[in-house]
Amino acid sequence: MSEKVTENVSFLSLIRKIPFSTRAVGLFYIAVVITGVVVGWPFGMLISSSLHLFGVWAILTLANVPSIQSGTGPNFALPIGIVSGLLAMVLILAMNVMGWMFMLLSTILAIILGSIAGFFYGRLMNAVKGSEMAIAPYTGFAITAIFGLVWLTLPIDHPNMLFFLGDGLRHQIPLDYFNANFILANLLQFEIAGVTVRTGELIVVFVACALMWLFFRTKTGIAISAVGRSPMFAKAAGINVNRSRIIANMISTAVAAVGIVVYAQGFGFVQLYDFPMFFAFPAIAGILVGGASGQRARVMNVIVGAFLFQGLLALALPVFTRVLADTDVGGVVNQIRMIVQNGIILYALALMARGAKQ
Amino acid sequence: MIEKTSLAGKARSFLFNNMVMLVFLGFVIFGFAVAETFTASSFTNDIMTRFFRNGLLVLALIIPVMAGLGLNFGIVVGALAGMLALIFIRYHYAVLHGFPALMLAFLVATPIAILFGFLTGKLYNKTKGQEMIASLIVSFFAEGVYGLFVLFGIGGLIPVRPGHRMMNPGTDIGVRGAFELGLPAEELTQAVRGAAADEYPGMARTLNLLWRIEFVYALAVIAVAMFLFLIIRRLIMRRNSALALTVNEPLWAFIVKSVLCGAVVAFAFYSSGVIYYWYNVLHNTPDIDRLDLLPGISTFAVEISRINQVPVVTSLVIGAIALFIVYFSKTKLGQDCRSVGQSQPIANVSGINVDRTRIIATIFSTVLAAWGMIIYLHDIGHVATYTIHRNIGFFSVAAILVGGATAARASVKNAIVGLFLFHAMFIVSPHVGLFLFDDGNAGEYMRTFLVYGVIGLSLGLYVWKNLKVARDKESLATMMNKIGKNKQVATNDNANRGGP
Repeated sequence: MSEKVTENVSFLSLIRKIPFSTRAVGLFYIAVVITGVVVGWPFGMLISSSLHLFGVWAILTLANVPSIQSGTGPNFALPIGIVSGLLAMVLILAMNVMGWMFMLLSTILAIILGSIAGFFYGRLMNAVKGSEMAIAPYTGFAITAIFGLVWLTLPIDHPNMLFFLGDGLRHQIPLDYFNANFILANLLQFEIAGVTVRTGELIVVFVACALMWLFFRTKTGIAISAVGRSPMFAKAAGINVNRSRIIANMISTAVAAVGIVVYAQGFGFVQLYDFPMFFAFPAIAGILVGGASGQRARVMNVIVGAFLFQGLLALALPVFTRVLADTDVGGVVNQIRMIVQNGIILYALALMARGAKQ
Repeated sequence: MIEKTSLAGKARSFLFNNMVMLVFLGFVIFGFAVAETFTASSFTNDIMTRFFRNGLLVLALIIPVMAGLGLNFGIVVGALAGMLALIFIRYHYAVLHGFPALMLAFLVATPIAILFGFLTGKLYNKTKGQEMIASLIVSFFAEGVYGLFVLFGIGGLIPVRPGHRMMNPGTDIGVRGAFELGLPAEELTQAVRGAAADEYPGMARTLNLLWRIEFVYALAVIAVAMFLFLIIRRLIMRRNSALALTVNEPLWAFIVKSVLCGAVVAFAFYSSGVIYYWYNVLHNTPDIDRLDLLPGISTFAVEISRINQVPVVTSLVIGAIALFIVYFSKTKLGQDCRSVGQSQPIANVSGINVDRTRIIATIFSTVLAAWGMIIYLHDIGHVATYTIHRNIGFFSVAAILVGGATAARASVKNAIVGLFLFHAMFIVSPHVGLFLFDDGNAGEYMRTFLVYGVIGLSLGLYVWKNLKVARDKESLATMMNKIGKNKQVATNDNANRGGP
């Protein structure tokens, strides 16, 4: 009897240890899955689509880890990394490189371009220390807009990439012309108990996560974490604060650039123009759902958060279509996404302010 | 900020402090130079329309800046309150229509906006120090809540009349993606009336149509008013040396301003004379019915005749709100706002309830934004239910920043200058895009870039300047200051405990 009570208490305290955001979204996710099964969707299909969105979003979510750890806060300027990745893909595609070669080369170029962009972005963030989050979103928006002009004017004349009429690149470049759609997703793909596992994509995600985990155990990584925890203390310990923050933002931007390459193959399109504009917010909400705060983030937060948050979004549409008849379900799901995503970010901001007070 | 006595130094600091404004001015002038299909009258009409349409929304940003909340992207929340009111009024259109319906919309929007403003203010108090990003995110959050309510709540939870024109056809759940505010009685021609016999007159542009005067007369009135203001201020300054110090207007500046006012009046009288003459000619020429077809008429006269009339009531409303903001900054509450904006610990020590003051400032902003949104939509006449509020926050903030405001200082002057300059950019950017890239879409991207670029650049420069000042002061003095501040924070916590 007494044993049972203690077990109960420890279970409750375990639940209590889970951060509020994770608990709330986790419960919502479970509720949606149960509703989905009740209204007749196969369980395997629900988990498959959760895994699908997890696979394409996880690396973009991962990009927030270094920036949060360095004290710059969540990377609200994620579009900078994304346009670097898009530019890399467009340049490689323009040379008519296809298949695995395209994946390899565009990933390498994305890392290079992302690091360069991240260097300048990091310098900007150092110039506006203390107000990074207020300025970062507009930097991202502005870069996205200026790349709208770049896509219009790039001197590329590949017939599969241009508008059918007039100049400029298409809004969506289909990757199936280049044998690169679902290339990672289809690698070693298997089905188990009705769950489709896109193995290649997941391998890439876990390798990226493992590399990030390892990086934060190197000397540079530890220095970055120290800077995020207390810049004064880090400075006293002989760490170059500005340099650490720049490195962190370079990594963050480069990871985002790689993330969009994985994303593009996962959907089979390279999407340009206004597409990256509001990409930072779902990625940030993802890592916050996983239990990260504005100051501390771990790789585990990325995996948990990206699965729960993106999974929720993936399931909401099919499940609500059956629950709410006669409504514009797409619209409703989009509004729910806005509420959950931004509610989570606001909650994290409030926690940060409370932390700053104490 | 950079104190240098040499002329070059002064010029440099002027360029640096007004960089954003100068870039915009350069862009607009460039646009004028390269645009081919562009007339003075169409430009004036466009900019006038946009000025009266957006004026109140931009003014709504000033009070939160005063209270140290930074630029309130959360005016979108207020705008949503205005839209909810319009949806409510439009749904019950058979009961009340036309101009009275519009007035009722203002009335209905106010309590909703006060509630929204209160909640937003509470949130800003919970996210102190990060209000700028919190206000951006809260605008997205509010959009979601509003969208869910309008898309599902109306009809899904609140029962509606089946087959109402405002609802999605067929399902009766959710408001349509777009609805019209309806043509006003003045614009309802016989043909339209015949086609929809049971149609009531709408409320679009009813406020603007109440009373309109010729553009040149409005120009003359404004110039005379400005001149009187200058003279009266000058007279008061003679007696009140404190005001003279704050205004700091040398005699030559006064004379230049007065001469400018006089020139505007002279221009107004001259052009109205020209128009009067040509209308007489037109009246006496029976076989010509358009002014620009008259033989011998100058382009100047044609252009002047093409400028639209000025909506007096709308401009009076905007002027009244602007005056109210100036007056508000001089009241006890306004002074409290300022001291909270300057330093929360000091304001707290001097007995000001910081949190309450911040909430009141947010409520003011939200209510003004709700009214501003109603004016904005009533001028357009067409409401895209789920999207039209999206850019309100960005555009308004960009406008006031172009006018020279910062995150810590904004005035009515900034708002007015910004409105003109920002919307001039908006009007010329498609032409610049066409000239530079030979593509209509390019102008759109350039415009978007300028909006976000100007917000990022102004805020970035402001933070950077402050950090620089802080670095310059880095010495024993700041250390001492820090020790003092820590003590103050401790006392604040004690004071807060007694508060609500």
